[in-house]
This record gives sequence, C-alpha cells and structure tokens, in this order.
Amino acid sequence: MNTSYYISLITAIFIGGAAGYVGSLMATKKMSLVGDVLSHIALPGIGLGLLYGINISLGALASLILGIMLIWILSLKTELSMESLVGVVFVLSLAVGFLITPEEELLHALFGNISAVALSDAVAAVFISIVVFIAARMIYSKMMLAYVSEDLALASGVKINKYNLIYLFLIAAVVAFGIKVGGTLLTSAMIIVPAAVARNVSRNMRQYSLLSVIVGVASAVAGFAVFPFLTARYGLSVVSIGPVIILASIAFFAVSLLFKKR
Amino acid sequence: MIDNKEEKLLEPGFIAPQVVPQPAMPTVRELILEVKNLTVSFGEEKVVDNLSFSLKKGENVAIMGPNGAGKTVLLKALLGILPYRGEIKWSESAKISYVPQKILPEKNLPLSVEEFFKMKKAGREQAKEALTSVGITDERFLKKMIGTISSGQLQRVLVAWGLIGNPNVLLFDEPTAGIDIGGEETIFNLLNKIEKERNLSIILVTHDMSVVYGFADSVLCLNKKLICHGPPAEALGSEGLKKLYGEGVTFYKHEH
Repeated sequence: MNTSYYISLITAIFIGGAAGYVGSLMATKKMSLVGDVLSHIALPGIGLGLLYGINISLGALASLILGIMLIWILSLKTELSMESLVGVVFVLSLAVGFLITPEEELLHALFGNISAVALSDAVAAVFISIVVFIAARMIYSKMMLAYVSEDLALASGVKINKYNLIYLFLIAAVVAFGIKVGGTLLTSAMIIVPAAVARNVSRNMRQYSLLSVIVGVASAVAGFAVFPFLTARYGLSVVSIGPVIILASIAFFAVSLLFKKR
Repeated sequence: MIDNKEEKLLEPGFIAPQVVPQPAMPTVRELILEVKNLTVSFGEEKVVDNLSFSLKKGENVAIMGPNGAGKTVLLKALLGILPYRGEIKWSESAKISYVPQKILPEKNLPLSVEEFFKMKKAGREQAKEALTSVGITDERFLKKMIGTISSGQLQRVLVAWGLIGNPNVLLFDEPTAGIDIGGEETIFNLLNKIEKERNLSIILVTHDMSVVYGFADSVLCLNKKLICHGPPAEALGSEGLKKLYGEGVTFYKHEH
C-alpha cells in the first residue's frame, strides 16, 4: 500500500462524512434523486479539465455552479418542479460530458481513480468538507422546518429560496472535491445512502444527522479496507474504489433494514 | 414571528408622549391592524381584490367564505409571506404568530416534538409550558416522533408552537372543526381558553358557523372582494349569507 492509498482514504473519510451530512437534508427534501443527478452535472467540467489540463475538481465545481444557476433561474422563471429541471440539466450535462471527455478518462470520471489523488487534493477536500459541514449545520434546523411546513418556515422568517441555493452549493462543493477519489457515482451514493440508513433507524433529528455522518465515514473506511484484497486479486486497473465504497454503504443499508424502527 | 417591516401604526401615546392622563372617555380600542386596498394576484387572476378593513386590539375575527374565496391567501398576505399590492399596517405592539392549516409529516420523519419546538428556539421548559397550555402535560410526549402522534395531538402541538414567544395575535388557518383532539375538548374550547388566559387576538379562517357565532367578535366575509364585515349577527343576516354563498343557504342560529 502506497501513499496515494492513504491520501485517498483520508479524502474519502472527510468527503464521506460531509456528503452523508448534507445528504441527510436531501433525503428529507424528497430530493434525494436531485442529489444523485446533480453530481453528474460535474461531467462536462471534468471533461474540459482533462482536455485542457486544469484541475478536474475546479472544472467540476465550475460546471456544477453553472448547472445550479441554470436550474435556479429556470425554477424561478417556470412552474416546473426542481426535480424535472434538474433532470433536464442532467441529461444535457451527461450528453456534453460524454462528448468531450476522452474515452479512457470517462471511467475515472464516473468511478474515480485513487492513484490520481495528490496531497494538495486531499488538503483541499478536507478543508472543503469541514466548511460544508459547518455551513450545513447552520442551516440544518431551518431546512428541516421548511420541510415540515414551508408556510411555517416562511412565517418564521426563514428565507427558503436562499437556503435552498446555499444547500445546492454545499452539495456542489462536496461533489467537486470527492470526484477524484470515487468519481461522480461515489459522491452521489454518499449523499443518498447514509441518510437512508439513518432514516431507517433514527427516532429524532440528532440521531439522524449523527448517524448519516457515521455511515458516510464508515462506508469509506470499509471500502478502503476491502479494496487492497480486491486489487490484489483482480488488479488496480480493473477495480475502482468508488463502487467498492458504494457496496459497503449498501451493506450498511441492508443491516439497517433489519433494525428498522416501527 | 415575522419581521414587521411595514410602516408601523403610531399609537396615540407616541404622538405626544408627555400628555397628561386623559379624563375618562368611552374607551376607543387601539387598532392592531389596518388593511387598505389590499390586492393579491396570481398571474392575471386577482385572488383577493381591493380589500380594506381594520381590526381592534383584542378582537377575535372569523374570516369566512366559500372555497377559493381567498381566505388562506389573505392570511398569508397578512403574514407577509405572499407579495401583495396595497397596504397592510400592523400596529407596533403586534406580535404575530401563525398556526397553519395542517401539516402532514411523514410517519418516519426523524424529528421529535422537542426538536420541533427547538426550531423556534424554545427550550424544554418553554415547550413544556406551551404544551401545558394546550392540555398536554405528559413529559414523555416531548420525545415522541412528530409523524407518529395523532392528528388531534398534532393540532394541539401546532397551537402550542404558535404560542411560543408570547404572541398577542394568533393567525389560525381553518382548524378542522370536527377534529377529535382528545378528551371532551374541541379545538374551539381550547382557543377560548387560550384567548382568555393569554389575552390575545385570534384571527381565524373557518367554515363553521357555530364558531363564528360562539367565538368571533366580528366576521369578515370574503369572496375575493369583501362582502361583509361586522358583528356576526349583523353581518351574517340572511342577506349577507346569500351574497356570500348564493341563494338557498339558510342557517339556524344557535342560542347559547
């Protein structure tokens, strides 16, 4: 096991925790698919980054922010739901992303490539994860209130539109900096699955948000623990870390079903 | 509580703070709300059309009208959560709180009653006090998941939530009259009790005539435009009802 393994592990732990936390707000917003789809809006940026030798996280971030702004403006101008607008921007991004991303790099963009993670990437990811965590914590209770009742939230002075936008940017940040390790699929899974696990077993908001973080981190650790055995068996070129972490999180999900509260 | 950014109504005392105490005069109650030419539109359609009325402090008002008459929209405009044209002036002393029509939390929503109160910055003691006001005294109730309590209990919780921060105006959107909130109480007994205990004005949207007669000091009938406004017995003469709901509507006034 080499240095890039550990650098990637640390990155994945922080991204997993932050993604699990912001994802716990997503699962309550009937928007879990938005999170999934949102991560793929990064693809055109990754493609451009690869083509022109720019850091792909920055490319991804730029493309996510553009995509979010587009969704945002459309949602204010049309009566369409956030879900369907995200869907439109998603297929657009996917099409453009696939057209411009070099074929051999496409798999890395989707599934990640731990040998490509540099120390600076890890430092950036850790930093961003902490910022995202703190920001999400600040808006958590207000977002939850808006989920319980938009009218109640508005009447209490919560600017729902503003918080939704902040929230989308937080997701964009997690996705952009998690991409190098596990690709876009990993980050979308880390947004959805830990929250689903936590929701199965938690009885209150505190347990729920805490457990989402724990499952996010634990999935990353479990994935990296199994990974060396798989690469030893099948080779590094065959196995990507992204899917392994996702499978680990799904294992947690299966266990949570057994303990599902009534 | 909403931030009241509207121009404030000056209370008489503010104009000349040093006035000597007035000789006993027939008390004219201070206005708590003044609405002038209020219009709310959704696209081309005017949902509330050129409404003007005012409310006195401590007055309980029932807003009634057929479905789609703009009752809830009026309430939301008063709360400042819908854009409108015209003027809505709350008095400086108004502390407004809102009890929504109903909320439908999912059964497995990971949110306890206590945490729901925390969202309004209410600590455990405050939550307990507000819950006691609505007749919930069991402390274990705070730990329950909000999606698992009965609809009657939820209605009580929403009222209690509205009471946090000691408002003096409660805007109440169509409490379901027949709802069983447990015990012998109806939601209106409860409101009567709270109103007396806490000395607040309640503005509520309702379809229930017995509420209008039993609870409201005045009634505001609405069908996009203001149809009538005044004490229930005057405003809701059979002429008023015909204008509001069309021909063929009669109502037997309960003698309490």
